[in-house]
Amino acid sequence: MYVEFALQHAWLVPLLPALAFVAIVFLTRPWKMLSAILAVGSMALSCVIATLAAYGIFTNPEYAEKPLVYATRWFSLGMPGMPALQIDVGVQLDPVSAMMMVMVSFISTFIFLYSIGYMDGEDGFSVFFSYLSLFGASMLLLVISSNLLQMFVAWELVGLCSYLLIGFYTHKISAREAAKKAFVTCRVADFGLLLGILSLQIVFGTLNLTELSERIAHFEEFTTFGILTMIAVLVFIGPIGKSGQFPLHVWLPDAMEGPTPVSALIHAATMVVAGVYLVGRTMFLFHEVESAMQLVAVTGAFTALFAATCALTQREIKKILAYSTVSQLGYMMLALGVGSLTASMFHMWTHAFFKALMFLGAGSVLVALHHKADVWEMGGLVKKMPITAWTFVIGGLAIAGIPPFAGFWSKDEILAATFAEGHYVLFAMAAFTAFLTAFYMWRMIFLAFFGKENPDNHPKESPWTMTVPLLVLAIGAIGAGWLGTPWGNVWAEWIYFGHPHHADPNFIVMGLSVVLAVAGIGLAYSMYLKDTEKVKAKAMAEQYSTAYRVLVNKYYIDELYLWFNHALVDGAAKIFYLFDIYIVDGIVNGIGAFAKVSGEGMRVFQTGRLQNYVLIFFIGVLVVAVLMAFVGPSNAVPVIGGVK
Amino acid sequence: MDFPILLTILLAPLVASLIIMFIPKDENILIKSIAAVGMFVALALSLYAYFAYNKDIGGLQFVFGHELPWIKDLGVTFFLAVDGISLPMLLLTNLIGFSAIFASWNVNNRPKEFFVLLLMLIAGVMGTFIAHDLFIFLLFYEVVVIPIYVLVIIWGSSKRVTKEYAGMKLTMYLLIGSGFLLVGVIALFVKTAAIAGHPDMSFTGMAMAAQQLGEFDQIWLFALMLFGFGSLISMWPFHSWSPDGYAGAPTAVSMIHAGVLKKIGGYGLIKIAVYMLPLGASFFAPYMAVLGVIGVAYAAMGAMAQKDLKYVVGYSSVSHMGYVILAVACLNVIGINGAVANMFAHGVMAALFFSMIGFIYEKTHTRWIPDMGGLARQTPRLAVGFMLAAMASLGLPGLVSFIPEFTIFIASFEVYGGVAVIGIAGIIITALYVLRAGANTLFGPPRPEYDHLEDIKGPEMVPLVVLGTVLVVGGCLPSLLFDMINSGVVPLHAAISDALQLGGKF
Repeated sequence: MYVEFALQHAWLVPLLPALAFVAIVFLTRPWKMLSAILAVGSMALSCVIATLAAYGIFTNPEYAEKPLVYATRWFSLGMPGMPALQIDVGVQLDPVSAMMMVMVSFISTFIFLYSIGYMDGEDGFSVFFSYLSLFGASMLLLVISSNLLQMFVAWELVGLCSYLLIGFYTHKISAREAAKKAFVTCRVADFGLLLGILSLQIVFGTLNLTELSERIAHFEEFTTFGILTMIAVLVFIGPIGKSGQFPLHVWLPDAMEGPTPVSALIHAATMVVAGVYLVGRTMFLFHEVESAMQLVAVTGAFTALFAATCALTQREIKKILAYSTVSQLGYMMLALGVGSLTASMFHMWTHAFFKALMFLGAGSVLVALHHKADVWEMGGLVKKMPITAWTFVIGGLAIAGIPPFAGFWSKDEILAATFAEGHYVLFAMAAFTAFLTAFYMWRMIFLAFFGKENPDNHPKESPWTMTVPLLVLAIGAIGAGWLGTPWGNVWAEWIYFGHPHHADPNFIVMGLSVVLAVAGIGLAYSMYLKDTEKVKAKAMAEQYSTAYRVLVNKYYIDELYLWFNHALVDGAAKIFYLFDIYIVDGIVNGIGAFAKVSGEGMRVFQTGRLQNYVLIFFIGVLVVAVLMAFVGPSNAVPVIGGVK
Repeated sequence: MDFPILLTILLAPLVASLIIMFIPKDENILIKSIAAVGMFVALALSLYAYFAYNKDIGGLQFVFGHELPWIKDLGVTFFLAVDGISLPMLLLTNLIGFSAIFASWNVNNRPKEFFVLLLMLIAGVMGTFIAHDLFIFLLFYEVVVIPIYVLVIIWGSSKRVTKEYAGMKLTMYLLIGSGFLLVGVIALFVKTAAIAGHPDMSFTGMAMAAQQLGEFDQIWLFALMLFGFGSLISMWPFHSWSPDGYAGAPTAVSMIHAGVLKKIGGYGLIKIAVYMLPLGASFFAPYMAVLGVIGVAYAAMGAMAQKDLKYVVGYSSVSHMGYVILAVACLNVIGINGAVANMFAHGVMAALFFSMIGFIYEKTHTRWIPDMGGLARQTPRLAVGFMLAAMASLGLPGLVSFIPEFTIFIASFEVYGGVAVIGIAGIIITALYVLRAGANTLFGPPRPEYDHLEDIKGPEMVPLVVLGTVLVVGGCLPSLLFDMINSGVVPLHAAISDALQLGGKF
């Protein structure tokens, strides 16, 4: 009965946190604890409903074939009965959305809980929780959407919340600029996505996901292959921005300016996975267009490798994690591109646990060290902060891909799928990225948690509101991957596109990925832990100083964009403005001036002296008289009217 | 006879201004309260009319005075009526008019004259939207011009240009535009009276006859009207009055002008020019689309280069009106719906924007963006209002302007393809300049010189509450707006497509 209720009322899942947002803003803002409880409680309740609904979906195999959809009209234009445009809002539940719903609400609940400890004593405590609630609500709305426009609405709202939360410390210029950068970068990408959505509506006459998938399956009746390819590419531009794929990844590392729980939320559960999810949701479109799939795969693999190299030289703990997120998202895109929705969603699922865990761990460290973020200034934290350190180590093992931790199974699934599809170059890139990932992650772990203690630091373990989420997420980071082992792949039976399929377990690939991961950790160990003075690391940085500088500066892509924005866009704006005030307005003022000058000219006749007027009048009479005398009265009529 | 609701709405501000005339000039609070009550009555009644209007039947409702001859020989009657297109505009006028009274709560320089003129201005604008007679429409339109001029040159502010220049430019543009319009209307009247056999100035009567005009007549008549209405809605290149005018005008006038007055241009374009002269419209549609797109991109770029907050919003409103022109040029149901809805949405948002900027200016005595920063800490409520308007301006879903823009994009992308894409790209530039203005004004380190500033409170909150509510509710429930507009657009579109078919177009 509860399950049936949850299935029919799945819209409550996004609604509850949305109501919490409204309630906090208008009612409970002055009472901090109440606001926090409202936010955490509503999200927890959503999680319960989501779990019940997911249970209903996963116990009923028919939903895998035919999603549970209910929708209502949002607005329509044109004649009633045969609208020119109708947009619905609704709920679409199938294994993929049910899984996402649980994942998002579960992770969010614990991040919210953690925030109570993290944000303790900060200004705007209640406001922070209202934003968090809206963030969660938007993401959940996106997940259950049955309609692409509805999805786009939620997509943009997620963007808004990230803007608000990244810029939460409004007095900091860096936060302000980072927030703006995130919004504008995503906006550029959303322009593409919007064009894609418009084209879908125009060509196929609907934006409902189920109808679209039916119509696109035989798209020949609606449009040409070329148009469909264009649409697929346009739609993919959105996820490039949202999921931080190259070349629009630039906002993601800067998004660290927000409070740490926000980073965790953005990187694990809410913001960035939206892009991957969107591509997964519109697989029916990409599936038809081989070249678009290749674009997705290549973008993903390149981003994975590219971001991993950026992460190698970063010093700030959250920046390293940020680039690792970009890299892991690349993996998910790669999986989608090679046609494995199963592997992509699986990695998204495991990644959510271990990445949230590591971000919250980083937050715990930052609080203990009073926001000193440089890993080189940490060291030996494991003694004073055992829970944070050991859970972080679990996260590190998971992301590096050491069995039996969660990341191993999902990353292996991606590698196996890439290999099985015959994309050997992409496979090599992905495998090399796995090695780099293990290396830079463990570089960070060794530097921060092990080795010599820094005498300037006086860390202490965080309160229970922060450590409990760490422990819970650590359990996930260990066990979340067991759903998809080669000895019983429950995951692949449920989460798939078209029909259940996944690459057969390839033990050579599996072995290779373990070897690479161990090698990465080993290298990090020898460079950053065993070698206490870091001689080798410093020597390398000097020997390859050019490469090192390029990496530290993230390939100067930010600088390029800044130049583009300031020199070109602002320059062009200036030109437009000058054109406006000198040319357009010049003409307008010129007409005004002409009227004025001609008025001045005419004023000669408007002297106000009676003598002049009489003179003119007399001249007039004279002209009439002369006319009449010469042409005769009757002939003059047409010239001078009725004067006789 | 039914209760004459439209007449009452029209008279409420006029009666209020009449009462104010008899109040001693230093009764500051009393004057403002009477103005507020007058506008409250008008707003409440127009809200009632909005929800009482029967959308299933559609057509003209709350009809008043169609048998009341005004100038018999010219077929002029004092015909007031609303349909699905004019009712949202009427509601918009009252929402903004009501808010504008409170946005002017701190006007203490000759408040009596100010509020009398302001109320007359509001009534004039309302009149244009409820008139169903072309003569009455023009009459109200001219009524609007005089208070605008006086309000700007007395209560305005001089920045890049003097307030006298701004007021003159605004007025001249209105007058020149209406001059061309007048020529067009007279010619149209002469021709339609000949076709119908008797003079008739009512919209429906005139349209029936005008739609039978030949293509050549329709084209040159449409050209006159396009110039008249186009310069009113700040169609590129007849837009340059707009940023200067808004920057020079006092807050309430900027709100009303950007919010509703310039919408008379779009409204007239749809309900008069396109409706009566469909062949002319279809001839000019591609040109309008191009001008609209140029307006969107050009003014957005112009806004990027601004450092005065009012100029940012001024250029931004030119840019947003470009979308309206582009949408009208689509000449289909989705496009015209989008055009009307976007006028409503932009009106609410621009009014909120100007009211917030007005408060910022009152408190900091500057609108120069580099002189500001960090105001969100000192005046958080002001910041909320500003950001709401900013987000609506960049078309954030969940706020009222998103769906109108979406429908415009659909219609124009389908009809004009690549040209429309340039216009749609405006969403990126808009995000850039709006967020930049917001960031540099509100965020960053707070400045010590503004530490003493008081946040908006009491009556100053009214614009934020009223307009903010409309922004959010209209965004979440677009059918509230679209069901109404659609009920007016469908018959209008049917009429013009019939006429176009007869004329061999389509």
